Amino acid sequence: MGREAEPTIFELSVPGRSAASFRESGLPAWAPEELVPAAHLRAEPAPVAEVSERDVVAHFTRLSHRQFSVDLGAYPLGSCTMKYNPKLCDDAASLPGLTDVHPSAPAPLVQGWLGLLAELEAALCAVTGMHSATLQPPAGAAGELTGLLLMRAWHADHPGPRPRRRVLIPDSAHGTNPASVTLGGYEVTQVPSDERGLVDLAALRERLDDDVAGIMLTNPNTLGLFEQDIVEMAAAVHEVGGLLYYDGANFNAILGVTLPGAMGFDIVHLNLHKTFAVPHGGGGPGAGPVAVTERLAPYLPGPRPVRVGGGQAYEWATPERSIGRVHSWHGNALALARAWSYILANGGDGLRRVAEGAVLNANWLRHRLRGTYDIPFDRPCMHELVVSAASLRRRNGLRALDVAKRLLEEGFHAPTVYFPLIVEEALMIEPTETESPQTLEALADALVAIAAETGDAARAAPRSTPVGRVDEARAARRLIPTWDARDGA
Amino acid sequence: MGHYVPHTDTEVARMLAFMGLASVEELFATVPGALRLAGGLDLPDGLSEPDVGDRMEALAAANRPVGRGSSLVCFAGGGAYDHEVPAVVRRVAFRSEFVTAYTPYQPEVAQGVLQALFEYQTVVCRLTGMDVANASLYDGASACVEAVNLAVAATGRNRVWVSRGVHPNWREVMATFAAGTGHELVTVPLAGGVTAWPQDEGGGQGVGAVVVQYPNYLGCIEDLAAAAEAARRVGALLVVAVDPVAAALLRPPSDYGADVVVGEGQPFGTPLSFGGPYLGLFACRREHVRRLPGRLVGETVDAEGRRAYVTTLRTREQDIRREKASSNVCTNQTLIAVACVVQLAWLGTAGLRELALRCARATRYTREALLAIDGVEAPSDAPVVREFAVRTRLRPEVLIERMAEEGFLAGVALPGELGHDLLVAATERRTRAEIDAYVAAFEKVVR
Repeated sequence: MGREAEPTIFELSVPGRSAASFRESGLPAWAPEELVPAAHLRAEPAPVAEVSERDVVAHFTRLSHRQFSVDLGAYPLGSCTMKYNPKLCDDAASLPGLTDVHPSAPAPLVQGWLGLLAELEAALCAVTGMHSATLQPPAGAAGELTGLLLMRAWHADHPGPRPRRRVLIPDSAHGTNPASVTLGGYEVTQVPSDERGLVDLAALRERLDDDVAGIMLTNPNTLGLFEQDIVEMAAAVHEVGGLLYYDGANFNAILGVTLPGAMGFDIVHLNLHKTFAVPHGGGGPGAGPVAVTERLAPYLPGPRPVRVGGGQAYEWATPERSIGRVHSWHGNALALARAWSYILANGGDGLRRVAEGAVLNANWLRHRLRGTYDIPFDRPCMHELVVSAASLRRRNGLRALDVAKRLLEEGFHAPTVYFPLIVEEALMIEPTETESPQTLEALADALVAIAAETGDAARAAPRSTPVGRVDEARAARRLIPTWDARDGA
Repeated sequence: MGHYVPHTDTEVARMLAFMGLASVEELFATVPGALRLAGGLDLPDGLSEPDVGDRMEALAAANRPVGRGSSLVCFAGGGAYDHEVPAVVRRVAFRSEFVTAYTPYQPEVAQGVLQALFEYQTVVCRLTGMDVANASLYDGASACVEAVNLAVAATGRNRVWVSRGVHPNWREVMATFAAGTGHELVTVPLAGGVTAWPQDEGGGQGVGAVVVQYPNYLGCIEDLAAAAEAARRVGALLVVAVDPVAAALLRPPSDYGADVVVGEGQPFGTPLSFGGPYLGLFACRREHVRRLPGRLVGETVDAEGRRAYVTTLRTREQDIRREKASSNVCTNQTLIAVACVVQLAWLGTAGLRELALRCARATRYTREALLAIDGVEAPSDAPVVREFAVRTRLRPEVLIERMAEEGFLAGVALPGELGHDLLVAATERRTRAEIDAYVAAFEKVVR
């Protein structure tokens, strides 16, 4: 990757230089004063940058060389499912007939889009075992909050003996879960994990009462383990009138193997950017559709596409008890188009093979790393595994963070570190199904070699990357959030 | 295995043998048998790449797009605008290094995305006059929701005055999420096209946020001084939703003491895309930085003292604060933010102003020509800059349907609460010839 420092676009600016190109419109060249009342007119132009088109291209291309990506190499970032995304999906989402469509255009003008959304909804229901879906939530966390608001709406229509205030969450959960619970107007009750790394069923039962609105679960959980007691858990939660929410962050593991619907879940969100080939874009956009059972369908956000005219056409309709919109328009539509093209390409058979490949790779790594790294829950895992550097830390002073930074030098992205919180010195590794056995072998070799090093030596890593170890504490202490804030910092 | 799983059968067998397993099925031993899907997924088998291409082309062909060479010329806006996206954006912002990266958790190998976001944050602040901008939110609606959450947390008051001039879909999203937070949203009506703020403190108790759009959904330029005065009177924070193109011509909200500025960043670098992915702009005054939702990139140094960038003030975020976090945002719209900063760099200081001027000129020309038609009226006299409403004898839905037959997406139908008129926008893409043809068709249809 590019080791040459790149100045900011502001440092490259030369007064008077410009790249913009406008067509001859033939319209009157009214001056600003003729267009905007004086009281509202900006005194000075907003200063952006003053560069040539060649400067723009060179600058951002050089920046791209200072960036690791899936297309460059393996990215075993646990919980994030950084797999290779087929290029055909990029092309599918770039068709002018999809990109150049205004979101407010009436239904007769956007039949292709409505058909795409309807087909995708149906496919997502098929892979989750649910009845209906909304495609509006633009990210997984937005899907979570949508799910909690669906819970609220359901309970409001079906009051119990006392108000439902609490939502149960395992201690291994993603941070978005508790944050979403709070924003959904509920209180978090944490449920501990047992010695298997699974939800402690007895502890769950102790916390259940008729003031529980529901539970949020990831299955497989963030340790990469399948919650084997899920049917018993579902029965216990339903017994007190609660609902089960499925966090689909780890859905890659069970595609075509089992269905959240069969496990007893009522509400499911899927991260299309993890499981269904929407590249992560440096942190987004994603898409977080939510699928539900039949009894919750009347509460889904709207509008949704529905068939009319004997199935020959689509129209928009909002469910009768809808919680309302959760997005400005129809969700991250182009991300939805990518996911639909991926589902078409894979089909039911190919999606099953996604899960098989993901679970095969993760378990192979578990066997290969055994004896080198601690494996706190050394049981058959699903799509990811959590190892610990606790012993290495005691023996060599090598911490999980050091392992991560050393791995960067070896040309791999680092695993997720220090998560889940219940494992000391955690390294959460998700190889994904798109990495070959050869790549896995090289990754394992690197991890094993690094484990033999000392913390003192590893502390200097990474050295071959665009910058060395970054001073994160200083960034927070002397906050410089913009180029213009440098002088004041 | 399938298209994108590289393992050969021999390799699978070897990997299974290494683990002492006899079959792939045994990998799923921890999934109780009763839960296993015996017959496979209820989906057709996978298609070849050319077949997928055909299917997607067929869906695309069933739409009537508005782009170059398309069947419809676009005069619709209302929060989604038909702007030119220069080739540079597609060729550079969508390089695979940006597209296939993840959240920059390892800054040493993510300087590309981090520096691009740092530059994005800088230009958002320059445009809005604010001190700090985050690395983006989902869209204009989510930015409004998060701004209200910030203001309520900062003031400890949970009533919110929302102007009826704020995008109706955004208001609906705010109402959806208010069911969870318990915020009480009060809609403030319009008079003569702009917000009629309460003139006394009555009804102002407990108001923590005042939300106004500038220019508003009808295209009218709101009096931000009046909005700021209303907020000051009741002790609330002022949240201003800007249109980023008009912002290049209008006085920045910071001039009026705005606390939070939000907006929809789609006009810079993102095609209409049937509404997404778009870009939630979010900027605020420095005193609110610890309540800033989403990710924030800051400048720092590496171990050798070289300039470096990193996501900072991470203790605000949900993965650390968990149930005490004030926002659950994790994934954002980084790639769209990169496209935005690439397009803004390409436009440059002069080009951005030129873009805004050209949009304002096309808007004025279109409006004057439409209002010259017998039977077409302006619902208000308030000054407009980005778009405008017109009233005809036809319902706007009918007008749009008939104009589509003439080759135009005539505008956006306004809901009843906003007069049930037609909202019309003309961007820098529209030529005089296109506008004249549109006006001629309009005259024919409304006659």
